[in-house]
Amino acid sequence: MSQESAKLVSATRAAAARPVRARTSPAGDRIFSFVLFFASYLVLAVVAGLFIVLLQRSWPAIQAIGPRAFSNLWSPNDAQFGVLSFVYGTIVSSFIALLVAGPIGIGAALFLAELAPRKLATPVAMLIELLAAVPSIVYGLWGLYALAPFVRTYIGPALQHSLGFLPIFQGPIYGVGMLTGGLILAIMVVPTVAAISRDVFEAVPRDQREGMLALGATKWEMMTKAVLPYARSGVIGALVLGLGRALGEAMAVVLVIGNKPQIVASLFAPGYTMASVLANEFSEATGKVYISMLIEIGLLLFVVSLVVNVAARLLVWSASGRGRR
Amino acid sequence: MNLRAKAVRAAWSQFMIVVSGLCAGMCGAVLAIVVAYVIGKGIKAINWTFFTKLPTPVGVPGGGVANALVGSIEIIVMASLAAIPVGVLAGIYLALFGRGRLAALVRFFSDVLTGMPSIAIGMFAYALVVIPTGHFSAVSASVALAVIMLPIVVRTTEEAVRLVPTMIREGALALGIPAWKATLMVTVPVARPGIVTGVLLAVARVAGESAPLLFTAFGSQFWSRGVGQPTAALPLVIYTYANSPYADWQQIAWGCALILVVLVFALNLTARLAFSSRVAAN
Repeated sequence: MSQESAKLVSATRAAAARPVRARTSPAGDRIFSFVLFFASYLVLAVVAGLFIVLLQRSWPAIQAIGPRAFSNLWSPNDAQFGVLSFVYGTIVSSFIALLVAGPIGIGAALFLAELAPRKLATPVAMLIELLAAVPSIVYGLWGLYALAPFVRTYIGPALQHSLGFLPIFQGPIYGVGMLTGGLILAIMVVPTVAAISRDVFEAVPRDQREGMLALGATKWEMMTKAVLPYARSGVIGALVLGLGRALGEAMAVVLVIGNKPQIVASLFAPGYTMASVLANEFSEATGKVYISMLIEIGLLLFVVSLVVNVAARLLVWSASGRGRR
Repeated sequence: MNLRAKAVRAAWSQFMIVVSGLCAGMCGAVLAIVVAYVIGKGIKAINWTFFTKLPTPVGVPGGGVANALVGSIEIIVMASLAAIPVGVLAGIYLALFGRGRLAALVRFFSDVLTGMPSIAIGMFAYALVVIPTGHFSAVSASVALAVIMLPIVVRTTEEAVRLVPTMIREGALALGIPAWKATLMVTVPVARPGIVTGVLLAVARVAGESAPLLFTAFGSQFWSRGVGQPTAALPLVIYTYANSPYADWQQIAWGCALILVVLVFALNLTARLAFSSRVAAN
């Protein structure tokens, strides 16, 4: 046996004697899984942090103003901080948005999920996603210079002419106002409603449809009597998610709603929302209570959105296979 | 009689199908109208000085938004540096090890966080960074945008990693490669196109955000003097100039809007292409 081969044999024996576990590195794995674990719980920490930090900074206002915050009078110069008109404006503008965007979004989703050929559905779905991608400030700019004049000259007078007996369509039409704000929000909410409803429709089992068709139903009857009832909770979830988006939108609304803290019946009159008051008044806010009060509005907005989104996600999750999306 | 009733039902069905098609068509039409309007108004503002010069006072011609362009990039890059690594790691965790109640909670609150108003997140960054440091800054804006990006990156990464066949990973583990190496060097590279898609979508989402910048970056007429100082950003320029009564300032707002729309659309389409090439490769 040559010296070289003896060396080789001893080296091989040594290698064989080394424990196999040395080649895996449990220490590395432990560090790695700790890092992953930490990163994912950061998400929970952020949500908790949002609440805690906002609560902490709005505490001076909560103490100074207390329940009077829910009065109707907003006049920071006189130390009157009542947010009721903002809450009202948020609810009304979001309601208009849902009223317009709901049927259109669900209709579009039905078309994309059930009726359109694939070749058409893919590009149309992409257009709707791009609609969601347009920055809100761009919608605001467009709303201010294109939609508001259009509401003033066409939509407003037409509504007044046909439905002017209703108090909500009375009074002067400025262009900027609650209605224009609601319409801009509708455009921004439609993609959310359409995309989520479509997912929910596509999760409806084939058997449901085939059974209905086998009974001699038309395509539309199949959709309204088999698909929609099955997907109902998910569609409601989609609408609530849209509501969540409308509630919290600031920049598009602040440019077109008129920014006047008042509660009036007319939809043509200027209004104000929680999000838009933050966008509009924060830079000029002076004094500890004023700033703290605005943060309190932010906290309120956060809590309302949290409740709305939790409800919506629960509905959507239950309808489209939980946790999959 | 029966036949007629059937014909009526069939006609009604056809009619409603057309109506639902119109709903989808309306969405496309609105997009076309908005984009055409922005292009029509914005294209007039776009020229070389627009990209290279600082803003000028009203009436002085030749102003640009170079500082806002740089500021926007600065803020987005810093936000990405914070949000992407954390988001990708969290997404990997959820996809590979995310069983049990706590992981479901993380998943759930990522989705919820996606729906939080960006202006409230801006307030959060204001309260967290601006108040303690004493001034508006690019960093505080990045904190806000990172919070917005995080859940998007988490969920898309999770989806992408979940799509990787377990066999690939198990093959690597069977060869004796430690789990962390198998994850980072086998699973993640396979999932990369999907992860890139998520990252691009997250960047696209925050690139146009203006509400959170109001109380953080604040805006500025000059070059940024560091990440701890007030910084100009494109969306803020739009907001400030949209409200101004001067035509040349409004013109600049439209120019910025056009840049943002082009940027956001490009990011979205690239993301989609990156994803579809992965589908084609499978």
